[in-house]
Amino acid sequence: MTAPLRVLDDGAWLSVSDSRAVGVGELWRLSGFCECEQADFVVEGFTGTGVDGRTVEVRAYGTCIVCNEEGPTDWLPVGRLVDTDTPRRTDGERGVFHKLANSAPAAGAGSRGVTRQPATRSGSSENL
Amino acid sequence: MPTDVEEWKSEVYGQEIRDHLMEFAEEGWESIPDDEHDAWFERFKWWGLYHQRAGQESYFMMRIGTPNGVLEPGQLEVVGEVADEYARGPAENPEFGAAYADFTTRQSIQLHWIRLEDVPEVFDKLESNGLTTQQACGDSWRNIVGCPVAGKDANEVVDALPVAENLNETFKGDEDHSNLPRKWKVSVTGCREGCGQGDINDLALEPAEKNGRMGFNVRVGGGLARNEPRLARGLDVFVEPDQAEAVSGGLSALFREYGDRENRYNARMKFLVDEWGAQEVRETLQEEFVDFELERAGEDLRDQYTYNAGTGPAAGSHDHADGAAADGGVAAQYPGGDHDHIGVHPQGDDNFYVGLNVMVGRMGAADCLELAELADDYGSGEVRLTQRQNVIVTDVPESELDAFLAEPLLDDYAPDPSPFERGSIACTGTEFCSLSIVETKNRQVRFARWLKGNVDLPDGIEEFHIHLSGCTASCAQPQIADVSLRGMKTRKNGEAVEALDIGLGGGLGEEPRFADWVAQRVPADEVPGAIENLLANFAEVREDGESFREFVENRDEETLAELIEPEETSYTDPYMHNTKLTWYPYAEEDDMDDGPAPVASDDYPVESDD
Ligand code: HEM
Ligand code: SF4
Ligand SMILES: [Zn+2]
Repeated sequence: MTAPLRVLDDGAWLSVSDSRAVGVGELWRLSGFCECEQADFVVEGFTGTGVDGRTVEVRAYGTCIVCNEEGPTDWLPVGRLVDTDTPRRTDGERGVFHKLANSAPAAGAGSRGVTRQPATRSGSSENL
Repeated sequence: MPTDVEEWKSEVYGQEIRDHLMEFAEEGWESIPDDEHDAWFERFKWWGLYHQRAGQESYFMMRIGTPNGVLEPGQLEVVGEVADEYARGPAENPEFGAAYADFTTRQSIQLHWIRLEDVPEVFDKLESNGLTTQQACGDSWRNIVGCPVAGKDANEVVDALPVAENLNETFKGDEDHSNLPRKWKVSVTGCREGCGQGDINDLALEPAEKNGRMGFNVRVGGGLARNEPRLARGLDVFVEPDQAEAVSGGLSALFREYGDRENRYNARMKFLVDEWGAQEVRETLQEEFVDFELERAGEDLRDQYTYNAGTGPAAGSHDHADGAAADGGVAAQYPGGDHDHIGVHPQGDDNFYVGLNVMVGRMGAADCLELAELADDYGSGEVRLTQRQNVIVTDVPESELDAFLAEPLLDDYAPDPSPFERGSIACTGTEFCSLSIVETKNRQVRFARWLKGNVDLPDGIEEFHIHLSGCTASCAQPQIADVSLRGMKTRKNGEAVEALDIGLGGGLGEEPRFADWVAQRVPADEVPGAIENLLANFAEVREDGESFREFVENRDEETLAELIEPEETSYTDPYMHNTKLTWYPYAEEDDMDDGPAPVASDDYPVESDD
C-alpha cells in the first residue's frame, strides 16, 4: 500500500497521507537551480509531487534571493516514506513520512540538487 | 487525468456536502476519517469553511458571502455575536484582541478559529438571519461584488443591485453551476466610478448605453493571482438588465464545460480567455449557451472610472456625491471620498451615507455590535462593505448626522482618517493562511501608524494606497495600489527575515495597469523608510502637478528603483522572524509544537464560571 501524496490549496503545501508534510514560505539551500553555487531559495509554491523509491519529492516554484532567478525547480527530495504498510497516521502521528532535516533539501545537499532525473511517480497523485 | 480534487468533487460536492458536514460536526473532529481529511477539507470550502494553516489543525476560517457587500438591518449584530461567541481562538491578537471579524476585498466577512463542532449552531444562527456561508469558497459562484452604494448612489447609471441580487439567488445553489473547474468571481457595476472592480473578476457586467437603453457590457477573464494578473477582456456583448441572468449563466456554463479540470493552475477563466481569445468565447457563448442573438457592446463609461485609479479628485469629475461639497452642509466637512466611499455623502433620497475606515478590514466583535447598534439608531440599520475593506452606514437623515459623527466609536473607525490609514489594505497572511510567506495585517497597521506619525504627503496628494499581500495570490489586490507590497524572504545579517517586494504603477480607472515589481525583497523593517524616501524623492523630482501615478508612469523601472531607498527608521517590526514557522505569530510560546491543535472535540476551551 502506498501513501497518497498531494499538493493542495494552490500549491501551499504537500500532503502525505492526508497530513500536512511540507509548506511554503521557507528558505531552502539548493544547488543547480541558478548560477549560484548554492541558491538561497524562497519556496513560494509546490507544483507537483512524486516518489523515487521511498524518497518523497516535490517540484517547487520560487526565487533565489541571492541572484534573483525565479522559476520552477526540478524534483527535490523532501522526505522519506517509512513503514508504508501502515500508511495511516494514528493518534495524530505522521506514521509514514519522515521529513529531511529542515524539511528541505538541506544545506550541502549538493548531489540531491535539482539536476537529477525526474522521479517516477508510482502510487502518487499529483494534484494541483 | 483528472486531479484528486476533481475526483473528490465528482463523488460529493455542492449542497450534499452539508449533510456530511453536519454529521462530522455532531460526532466531532475525530470522526473525520484520517485518510479522508484532504478530501473533506477541500469539499468543506463550498460551505465557506477553510481549514486554517499548519499548527492550527481542527480550526477553520469561515467566510460569509454578503452579496454586493450589503448587510441588511440586524445582520451585522448577528456577525458580531457569532464572532464573539465562536471565533475566539486559543491566543489573542495583540492589535485586535480575542474575537474579531474581517471585512474582505470581495465584500465578504471572514471569521477565524471556528470549531467544526460549532458549525451547526453557527449556521442556524446565520441562516435564520438571512446570512449564509454557502459557496463562499470552493469551485463555484463566489460572493458577487459591486458598487457598495448601489441603489443609494444619486448618480448611478444602471440599477445594478437587483441584478446582483438576482444572480445571487439564481446561481447560489443551482446544481448546474455548483461544480465548476475553479472559482467563479462575478462583479456587477452600475455606477460611474467603477467600484465594482470588474477588471479583476472572472465575469464583469459594467454600465453601458446602447441606442438610448441602459445595460451592461460584458467582460471576462480578469484576476490577479499567481504572478499572472489579467484584466478582464471585453466580449463585445451588451445586455439589458433582464438578460444578465441568461448571459451570466451561459458564461458560467461555458466555463464549466471548457475550463481545464486537469490542471488547477490553468483552470481559471482568465487562462481560457488567453487560449481562445475573446472572439471565440463570444462565438461559443452564442452558439452553445444562449438562445437569443447577442448584441454588440454599447458605449461604456470607463473613461470616468475613479475607483482604485490612483487619480486624485479631478476637477469636474463625476462622483457618487456630486454636489456634496457645494451645498455647504455637513458633507462639505468631509471632502473627497468620492473614490473610496469614506466620509459623508448624500444619497439619491434625502439621506446620507457615511463611510468609515476599518484598518485592514478587521473589526473587534464588540465594535461590530456597537456599530450595528449605531446603524440602527442613526440609520436604517443597514451596513455595507466595500472592496477597500471598509464599512458604510447608509440611510442617515441629515438631522442625525452630527450626533452620529460625534459617537466615540468613530474615533477608531474614522470618516476622515489619515491618508495612510485610509489607503491601507492587507490580506490574511501568516496568521491563518497556508499560502502566506509573511505576517500582514498587524504589520500593515504598524506601517500606517508610523507613516501617519512621520511622513507628510506631498502637496496636492490626498490619497495614497498601500496594499499588502502575503503572497502572489494577491488577496489584498496589491497590483492596483500606489505602493504594492507582497511577501518575500531575505537575509539580513545572515538571518532569514520577512521581506516585501515593492511594486509601483498599478491602478484601475480608464487605463488600468498592474504594478511593476520595482524593488525586490526589502527587509520588512526597512519598508516604511523606503516609502518615506520614495515620497520625499517624488516631491523633489516631480514635474508640476504630476500625480503619483503619472509620476511613476513617466519614469522607467530603474529610475524608480533608485528612488525607493530602503532604510531602517524608528519603525520597529516585531514580526521579522519566520512567522510561518510559528503555530501563531503572536503567541508567547510560538513554536509549532506549542500550539493546542488539533483540539479534541470534548476538549473545549470552556470558560469557567467560578
Ligand atoms: C485562509 C486564508 C486564505 C486563503 C488560503 C486564500 C487563498 C487564496 C488563493 C489560493 C487565491 C488565488 C486563487 C487563484 O488562483 O485565483 C486567492 C485569491 C484571492 N483571495 Fe484569498 N485566501 C485567503 C484569504 C483571503 C482574504 C482574507 C481575502 C480578502 C481580504 C481574499 C480574497 C481574495 C482575492 C481578492 C483574491 C484575488 C483573486 C483574483 O483576483 O484572481 N482571500 N486566495
Ligand atoms: S494573498 Fe496569499 S497570504 Fe494573503 S491571504 Fe491570500 S493566499 Fe493568503
Ligand atoms: Zn460606485
